[in-house]
Amino acid sequence: MSQDSQVIAEHTSESAHTGHPTPLTYFKVAMVLSIITAIEVGVFYLEFVGWGIIPILVLLSAAKFLLVAMYYMHLKFDDRIFSTMFVAGLVVASGVVLALMALFSFFNS
Amino acid sequence: MAQATITEHGEHEPTTTGLNHRKMLMWAFLGSDCMFFGSLIATYLVYKNKSLAGPIPEDVFSILLTSVSTFVLLMSSMSMVLAYAALTRGRMKTFRIWLASTIIMGATFVGFQVFEFHAFVNHEVVVECDHINPADLTPVELEVSAGCVDGVHEVEKVVGLTPKTNLFGSTFFTLTGFHGAHVTLGLIWLTSLFLLSFKKGMVTPEKNLDVDLAALYWHFVDVVWIIIFTVVYLFGVFPGF
Amino acid sequence: MTTVAFPIPRPKHPTGVWNWITTIDHKKIGVLYGVTAFLLFLTGGLEALLIRIQLASPGHEFVSPEVYNQLFTMHGTTMIFLAIMPLSAAFFNFVVPLQIGARDVAFPRLNAFSYWTFLSGAIILKLSWFLGGATNAGWFGYAPLTSMSQNPGTGIDFWIISLQVLGVASLAASFNFIVTIINMRAPGMSFMRLPLFTWMTFLTAILVVLAFPVITVALIELYFDRAFGMNFFNVINGGNPVLWQHLFWVFGHPEVYILILPAMGIVSDIIPTFSKKPLFGYNAIVLAGAIIAFMGWMVWSHHMFTVGLGPIPVTVFTLTTMAIAVPTGVKIFNWMGTIWGGSMDLRTPMLFALGFIAMFTIGGISGVMHSMASSDAQQQDTYFIVAHIHYVLFGGAIFAILAGIYYWFPKITGRMYNETLGKLNFWVTFIGFNIAFFPQHFLGMDGMPRRIYTYSEGMGWDLWNMVSTIGALILGAGMLLFMHNIVRSWRKGELADGDPWDGRTLEWSIPSPPPEYNFAEIPTVYDRDDWWAKKRGNVKHGVPVSGGSGEEEHSIHMPQPSYWPLVVALGICIIGYGLVYSYTVATVGTIIGVIGVYAWSFEPVNDPEDEDDAAH
Repeated sequence: MSQDSQVIAEHTSESAHTGHPTPLTYFKVAMVLSIITAIEVGVFYLEFVGWGIIPILVLLSAAKFLLVAMYYMHLKFDDRIFSTMFVAGLVVASGVVLALMALFSFFNS
Repeated sequence: MAQATITEHGEHEPTTTGLNHRKMLMWAFLGSDCMFFGSLIATYLVYKNKSLAGPIPEDVFSILLTSVSTFVLLMSSMSMVLAYAALTRGRMKTFRIWLASTIIMGATFVGFQVFEFHAFVNHEVVVECDHINPADLTPVELEVSAGCVDGVHEVEKVVGLTPKTNLFGSTFFTLTGFHGAHVTLGLIWLTSLFLLSFKKGMVTPEKNLDVDLAALYWHFVDVVWIIIFTVVYLFGVFPGF
Repeated sequence: MTTVAFPIPRPKHPTGVWNWITTIDHKKIGVLYGVTAFLLFLTGGLEALLIRIQLASPGHEFVSPEVYNQLFTMHGTTMIFLAIMPLSAAFFNFVVPLQIGARDVAFPRLNAFSYWTFLSGAIILKLSWFLGGATNAGWFGYAPLTSMSQNPGTGIDFWIISLQVLGVASLAASFNFIVTIINMRAPGMSFMRLPLFTWMTFLTAILVVLAFPVITVALIELYFDRAFGMNFFNVINGGNPVLWQHLFWVFGHPEVYILILPAMGIVSDIIPTFSKKPLFGYNAIVLAGAIIAFMGWMVWSHHMFTVGLGPIPVTVFTLTTMAIAVPTGVKIFNWMGTIWGGSMDLRTPMLFALGFIAMFTIGGISGVMHSMASSDAQQQDTYFIVAHIHYVLFGGAIFAILAGIYYWFPKITGRMYNETLGKLNFWVTFIGFNIAFFPQHFLGMDGMPRRIYTYSEGMGWDLWNMVSTIGALILGAGMLLFMHNIVRSWRKGELADGDPWDGRTLEWSIPSPPPEYNFAEIPTVYDRDDWWAKKRGNVKHGVPVSGGSGEEEHSIHMPQPSYWPLVVALGICIIGYGLVYSYTVATVGTIIGVIGVYAWSFEPVNDPEDEDDAAH
């Protein structure tokens, strides 16, 4: 991968001009994704967390989702139309999932 | 802008927004696919903890194994985006290497899934009679532990999980099965691009949209797995959830 | 530069049947949709007439109960998926590119694929009558009546598979129109200058791509239960049939807005044209359409008020359902506001459009009555609901579609329909429709349930059932009149020019029928109803709102015909039959489909110079 270190060196300055991510950025995102996954699994084995694990895992996986969507899928740098289309699908899907959970007493103790 | 020509792929055709038709199509498709997976996830959650018999998540899930396959799929997203970046910079050899890595990692993920499905179907319950605390046992383990009569130290029984077994089986295999099918389609697409890249002029920096579209699909499939890993696996074995 | 080109050459100037088979021209595809859908509408009408004959008198034994169940199921499924939706699609295809000033849609081959896939779905559904019995569990297919144990045989499977195939067709078309409407508008054609029909098409397409995946999943789950013994709706293993109802209606309610929004769009274009007045409250009607599309996601359980959801869900859905009447009312008032003070031209399109407003309002009123869960407890599953359905879907959607056919007939065919016959058609249809369906309100209030194949003498339902049947026969006569007018006029009607109605929107600025390339020169748009303004010299000058240099065309290259959309659709059709009969057959279909997809991707392009005989 020596070609890539060259690419990384060459294009680090490029990102400052265009805002377009460099291979280094992608690699950093990958590291963060791995760390988050490790934390998720780690938290999972910690007994004292109790019910708090739900918001923690939800937030952590949401963070991974956002990182992949914004950087790898390039939504952060693209026209807003694409984000709108994707978010619309996500919002309606989430609404339907939550509504059905409620209707089937998922949230009742 | 005036619409001077409509070519086959509309690459050079001016559009009202300046955005490419096919890229827009892919994003509309991904928004729609969210509803597809949403409905499958909703079904899974609605039936969570409602199986009347048979293995439940605690019986069969191996969080460790699934974490590894999740990691592999995440890394395949990284290699995909690096492949695309290499292509746009004209680095064809690097492009092919990263693309091949993506395919290999994606295939590894599918391999993990196949292994997991196979393990579930042939799941063996092992109960050590000398140290059982009934409160810690799952319903299936409890059933098997009935074999712990005098002099028996360990009872083993195959209690497999199939799509027919119970609600968990039906919903789990359908949800993860369709995800796996999406991954497989992605692998076919990426492999086609990989093979095409050896034919001169087929995959070029100018035509990077072809790879961009496949990459978007691939990342989407990864992102869906992020949700499934959390909702199905991590929450799955969390007691009382 | 080398290319990988699939070895089979591309069609070059195909003629006759081959022209139609390989066409990717949105106008021809629109005609294919329209003619096919109308024929299927007639089969649905036949199913309805058989129902009405059976119910005309108590204890009638015209058809057996088993056949009766198939009749009402197939009637509903046919009318929704094989009549209203594809008739609307006929207009999406023909009219939308013209209204936005484009030469075709964003993905012409995908467009052709949508039609051929639709045809496959239609064949799979309708042939089931002759292949061991059609589906018989209602168009909404409630579990567990659809389970393998309750319903062995292939009827349900054909229903499942045909709906999946039709879903693919609808999705493909909708993705196409979303991209087309966003990305192929003429210079200056901003969203808020779009004709209402195009706006409603856009909203409908968004609803389709979000709603259809839900029924796709529901049908997959039902198929898996039936074919593989899974447990989604299997009560013995804890499955819950109410989940089917939820998944179905999460799709099903947006579906009814998918059925009515295009119709509202047609009416919103016709009324200003035939009142010689701009649409009153354009912004409000657009916003109301968007609100209806959005709120349509929040009302689905009003189809389930009597299933035992519990007081809180029932209350919530009552409130949301009542609320959705508001934007609908806004539209109705704005149509009336358009007519008020205008110069009314009561020719056939306008008659049907006015009929739409009146009939849809009646259907809306009964709808508001159902929205109240407590009164719905009496109305649910009675003929009161059947009356509501037909007022909104026949008096509503079909009337609007008939209006649209008359309105755009000169544009599509280059000929005028016969106005006297048209008016006669309207009145016979209007009278027959009301005689057929108004009495069904009474039957419902008198307790007649839906989906019963007969009833006894002493129930007091005899009179209105007979009246309803007579009305249905008159309605049938009306449809025969319609066909006569259309067929006769298509063959030898008076030639029409490009703008027979002194129209307002861009489709009237080009010849009738339009040339293959639609516009010799892509127009630049400066306002709503731009064509109307240009004719009267009220041209606003200045910078067009969106994009555009308005450069002269040098030559026009149109997209080229292709075999592959049909081949892929054929593959899907074979997969469909394979999923019912044999997985080996399904595999063969898959292979054909995959070959078709690759061929499509690597199709050679004929030298444009050879193609370029027409356009200047």
